[in-house]
Amino acid sequence: MTDEMYDEEGGPVKKFLYLNRKAPYGTIYALESLEVVLIGAAFEQDVSLLFMDDGIFQLKKGQDTKGIGMKNFSPTYRALEMYDVEKLYVDKKSMDERGLSADDLVVPVEILDAAQVADLMEDQDVILSF
Amino acid sequence: MILHTVNKSPFEKNSLERCIESAKDGAAILLIEDGVYGALNNTAYSDMAQNAMKTVKIYALAPDVQARGVGDRVLDGVELVDYNGFVDLAESHSKVQAWL
Repeated sequence: MTDEMYDEEGGPVKKFLYLNRKAPYGTIYALESLEVVLIGAAFEQDVSLLFMDDGIFQLKKGQDTKGIGMKNFSPTYRALEMYDVEKLYVDKKSMDERGLSADDLVVPVEILDAAQVADLMEDQDVILSF
Repeated sequence: MILHTVNKSPFEKNSLERCIESAKDGAAILLIEDGVYGALNNTAYSDMAQNAMKTVKIYALAPDVQARGVGDRVLDGVELVDYNGFVDLAESHSKVQAWL
């Protein structure tokens, strides 16, 4: 491949997609995904995050977990930019079903229709599903 | 009368739908954990919950609502309760049926 990218140490840069489909707090998937994204960010790969189905709720503004004794990890999504994780996508149908718009989310996102989601997935080297 | 609890999102599992179908008139449904997403307005499941409230009382656990940042989206008619309210509901009903 002529267009293959290399990181600073000469290793190949692969395209990683983290596919997030679970609501926060009810299960551990959302937090575990975020942990893996942050770990993976240290390896300077080409990272995208896609939020579908109840995964959309991970990004909902106004989360306040004082009453349930769990860590509110929603501010961490705003810090991803500092780790060069800047490609955040949400699935349009999932947003519509939940009555959510981009303004309801803690970070700027690109909204994708089903065909664009399919293209995004096809374009990846690795998809990690949570 | 039975207190039904639902702790799963209606978008992910049919627990709330089955619960509503199985609840007698006058029963209470308490939405907890991811179940609170069933108490929101302007979603694909709002009508289901709204219709159910013609015959059953729906409650949602406030700490779980607040954790998920959806306090401003709760359907009219849904009553928010705290943990003490949860205990009171359990105490004032003959049985608790948990829809997992």
